Amino acid sequence: MSEPKSLHDLPADFVFDPSKAARLMTRHGHGGWLGLTYHAHGTDWVELALPWREELVGVAETGVLASGPIISLMDNATSMSVWTLCRRFVPHATLDLRVDYMRAAVPGRTVIGHGECYKLTRTISFIRGIAHDGDPDDPIAHVTGTFMATHGTYL
Amino acid sequence: MIGTDLPPYADGIGIAIDHDEDGLPVLFMDFGERVMGRPGFLHGGAISGLMEMAAIAALRAELDRRGEAMKLKPVNVQVEFMRGGTEQRTYASGTVTRAGRRVALVNAEAWQEDRTKPIALAQMKLLLSPAG
Repeated sequence: MSEPKSLHDLPADFVFDPSKAARLMTRHGHGGWLGLTYHAHGTDWVELALPWREELVGVAETGVLASGPIISLMDNATSMSVWTLCRRFVPHATLDLRVDYMRAAVPGRTVIGHGECYKLTRTISFIRGIAHDGDPDDPIAHVTGTFMATHGTYL
Repeated sequence: MIGTDLPPYADGIGIAIDHDEDGLPVLFMDFGERVMGRPGFLHGGAISGLMEMAAIAALRAELDRRGEAMKLKPVNVQVEFMRGGTEQRTYASGTVTRAGRRVALVNAEAWQEDRTKPIALAQMKLLLSPAG
């Protein structure tokens, strides 16, 4: 098999390892363009990093990041937390995502997205997370949402 | 065209104004590697980014009409994904549901070839404060 370009190319018995899978999710496509990188993980959580850059700014005068990149970061981190908890890759789609903005990210700082899967059912996974720019106790945003397994089930 | 300068993020990801519809800007984003999530499909974050730009552009257009210069600060956003976005151009526009003196509530939707079948909806709340 040639080098997999996406998680969909991985063998079915692949035990999901976010530190390895992140390389696939962050090298190509939207994650690659954003410059997302793996940061850390536990049994039900994954952290990805989003380095600040000019092209991601939402307000030119202030240099504050647009919220699009923050949503993408949290979508990917929480998505990976689901597979980390399942210990395998299950194709799924984001159903909804809600982001509450506590404050603007400080221009120039890398944003860390901490995504956690707090409940799995057969078809739906429930996620939450925070984004911060250095101090997890002073988050930029809180996130909550759901994914739906599209081919197969989580449990 | 209404005075809606899009920010660096819009230029970077490839979001631009398509046309003006009854005073509200319709934005578009072409499919490509930089907006792709799973192979062959749009990334939810890119769709959200497009809808956010459309929501803010709609609000700016409304505030311009009233002659109000306001600073905007997002409070929260709720996004619903209804269909997978495929390899084609995506459009989005916003509707200002309520813009008072301090808070604005703006809805946005994204669609592809058929406007009556939106692929995603967003509802965004923003704080308003006098600019300057």
